[in-house]
Amino acid sequence: MQEFLLVFRQEASNVPPTQLSPDQMQEMMKPWQDWMGGLAAQNKLANSGNRLHPHGKVVKPGHLVTDGPYVELKESIGGYISIYAENLEEAVELSKGCPILHHNGNVEVRQVVGM
Amino acid sequence: MANQSELIPHLFRIEYRKIVAVLCSKFSFEYVELAEDIASETFLAASELWGQKGIPENPTAWLYTVAKNKAKNQLLRNTNFQKKIKIQLDQDSSKEDIYELDMSDKNIEDSQLKMMFLIADSSIGVEAQIGLALRILCGFGITEIADSFLTNKETINKRLNRAKEKLREINLSLEIPNEKEIKNRLDTVLIIIYLLFNQGYYSSTQDIEVKKDFCLEAIRLCYLLLNNPLTNQPKTNALMSLICFHTSRFDARHQTNGQIVLFEDQDINLWNQELILKGEYFLNQSATGNKLSKYHLEAAIAYWHTQKNNEIEKWSQILNLYNQLLILEYSPIAALNRAYAISKAESIEKAIEEALKLKLESNHFYFILLGELYKSKDAHLAIQYFEKAFNLTNSSSEKEVIKKKIDLLR
Repeated sequence: MQEFLLVFRQEASNVPPTQLSPDQMQEMMKPWQDWMGGLAAQNKLANSGNRLHPHGKVVKPGHLVTDGPYVELKESIGGYISIYAENLEEAVELSKGCPILHHNGNVEVRQVVGM
Repeated sequence: MANQSELIPHLFRIEYRKIVAVLCSKFSFEYVELAEDIASETFLAASELWGQKGIPENPTAWLYTVAKNKAKNQLLRNTNFQKKIKIQLDQDSSKEDIYELDMSDKNIEDSQLKMMFLIADSSIGVEAQIGLALRILCGFGITEIADSFLTNKETINKRLNRAKEKLREINLSLEIPNEKEIKNRLDTVLIIIYLLFNQGYYSSTQDIEVKKDFCLEAIRLCYLLLNNPLTNQPKTNALMSLICFHTSRFDARHQTNGQIVLFEDQDINLWNQELILKGEYFLNQSATGNKLSKYHLEAAIAYWHTQKNNEIEKWSQILNLYNQLLILEYSPIAALNRAYAISKAESIEKAIEEALKLKLESNHFYFILLGELYKSKDAHLAIQYFEKAFNLTNSSSEKEVIKKKIDLLR
């Protein structure tokens, strides 16, 4: 069993507003909880990860700091989790259930390498 | 006298744990075995004397007086004690009778709390913690404890003795745990109570009375925590809520012949409404703060199960809760229950799909679930799954339940 990081990216314009009503939040979260619940039920959820605030900064060489990430890239990272899988192929299969795929987003799958 | 033989065992358990807790609290855990001996001898004396002369007017006062005198005698003979503690106690309370035992309700409660936190030590394993809690905190006999774990007295005695030795090495005095200690250990204490409750609720032993007593003890210990402001936290209330909800169905679940009645077949009239109300009360009490514990989720699920109907709404809430529970902490039972909830909230086909992904091939509940899911679609396959479950479990009461399911399909 290996650990894989799943990074969720979305078009910056698609990022849902941070102010949602409780019902809207519930509706938005349900597909995520269904999918992650399914992973967790198989005992394959390594880390339930985090969602990220849509606004942040990018620090570059020379201590240049810019607003980001949406100015630099079309896509921004919305969040991440990590899962267990036998290999990259299985990790990719498991990622196909991710709700972000229905919102014009994508999932980057990377194996975690111990140091 | 029939009266007396009923009085003494019940009295024994309750007073045993009080005397041991107070003795340990006063003279330190180092003397735990001495404390247990003193308590046991006190009850031996009671059985002999009361058998001849009848039960005294105030049985507990009699017991406490005898226990105190025995403690005094033992400790006067114990040179270690004489050296170490006597000097300390003499300095603290030079006029008071240092052997006096404070058996007030408050001191008993405090002593038991201290004991609970002392037992919640990471240097001893969880099974030892539960065993010690059952023995010292609850006063259950070694036989009763061994039966609930489906093992023998020697194993339990070994386990408890090793644990006591370990604890003696590191914990010489029972202090009221400070706030930091409480924070660190409260989770372990809650786990001990939770598992103690599980022993009572799910153990395969045939002795229903003892199982129920375990559950009631879990409630009592949880009350101890709720009564103290430092330990009265949202998750404590959540644990109490979930224990109350489950215990409310104890009588409906256990037939007098030892057979288990599953939830769907239970007589609702046997559900204890008072405990259900208590569960709801504590669920509300737990809804504060910003930390969601697994007890909150389990209590909420238990709440929904008290609503005995099959509406999709109830099951989609339950599914939601199982998703959150699994994301917080994996357990095979939660995974199986989640699949069952899917069968009710969405579809049997989806449930089968999710269930098959679980691959819990050494768990008989896995095959029971598959049997249940397939019973309306493919009776032949369902029977095969039930038979696999039958072969996997060692519990005779569970085998009975499975056999019934198979018979219904033939």
